[in-house]
Amino acid sequence: MDIVKSIGQEQLRDDLPQLNVGDTVKVYVKVKEGTRERIQMFEGTIIQKKHGGINETFTVRRLSYGVGVERTFPVNSPNIDRIEVSRKGKVRRAKLFYLRDRVGKAAKVKERL
Amino acid sequence: MQKAILAKKLGMTQIFDEVGRLIPVTVVEAGPNTVIQKKTAENDGYDAVQVGFVDIKESRANKPQQGHFSKAGVSPKKYLKEFRLENAAQMNVGDEIKADVFAEGDFVDVTGISKGKGFAGTIKRWGTGRGPTSHGSKYHRGPGAMQGASNPGRVLKGKRLPGRMGGTKVTVQNLRVVKVDAERNLILVKGGVPGPKNGLLIIKNTVKGRR
Repeated sequence: MDIVKSIGQEQLRDDLPQLNVGDTVKVYVKVKEGTRERIQMFEGTIIQKKHGGINETFTVRRLSYGVGVERTFPVNSPNIDRIEVSRKGKVRRAKLFYLRDRVGKAAKVKERL
Repeated sequence: MQKAILAKKLGMTQIFDEVGRLIPVTVVEAGPNTVIQKKTAENDGYDAVQVGFVDIKESRANKPQQGHFSKAGVSPKKYLKEFRLENAAQMNVGDEIKADVFAEGDFVDVTGISKGKGFAGTIKRWGTGRGPTSHGSKYHRGPGAMQGASNPGRVLKGKRLPGRMGGTKVTVQNLRVVKVDAERNLILVKGGVPGPKNGLLIIKNTVKGRR
């Protein structure tokens, strides 16, 4: 089992900030368009983290033109240019799926100071 | 057959390729295989090599096996397999076949013994439909009707019925070699391969189109 884990270990990234559920983050994603590469930003709240090691992913939820959009990123993906934590959230559970049923002020996560 | 190697399944993980795509891979410990015996066209009518994989203690081999291995001058092996390799005529007893016979981008067929599922019904074993779960139904997971009662009046051979499932030889074709680590004798193959962890695998270059 160790060899299998070590293959994942080689690809782990250590340049990213600590991400917690409830945080508001800006994820800068590399997007390939033909031969050109540009960087796209996706800002929202982290509503879940899953798995561990090389398989680890996190899901970011945002409201775009009144429609909820969720994107799941592999944490160690080379397609992520950088991540900025703009606001730390104060939450009492690991998965914030209750945010899906809420709109407006009720869909806010308290800030941890 | 041009290339072949005996290997051991270590488990699955995922890696990122150069474009950033996430690829599911099976990690396989491939070789080193030692050539134990050589078959030649003059002697045996065909060219081939017999290779061994995984060292075992001298005391675990019986007398005939000890004789076979000491003739080749190598320590006893757990698994023996004969391959009709392309370059079999140039190989010598004691030579090693290493993971680097395969390169990144090759397509391979992987053979193993599938995991045993025990006595399985037709739904799991053959993918047949099932009966209703409720509304008075008492026919849930049965195999259904057999055949006509008077014509043909018997159950045809090959009728899909419950029985032992798994534990058979299975080959998965056309898997891409994602990475080869010759130093650690590792091959990373895209997708899953048959059998449990630590199971024996035979990796050959694929018989299908993509080579």
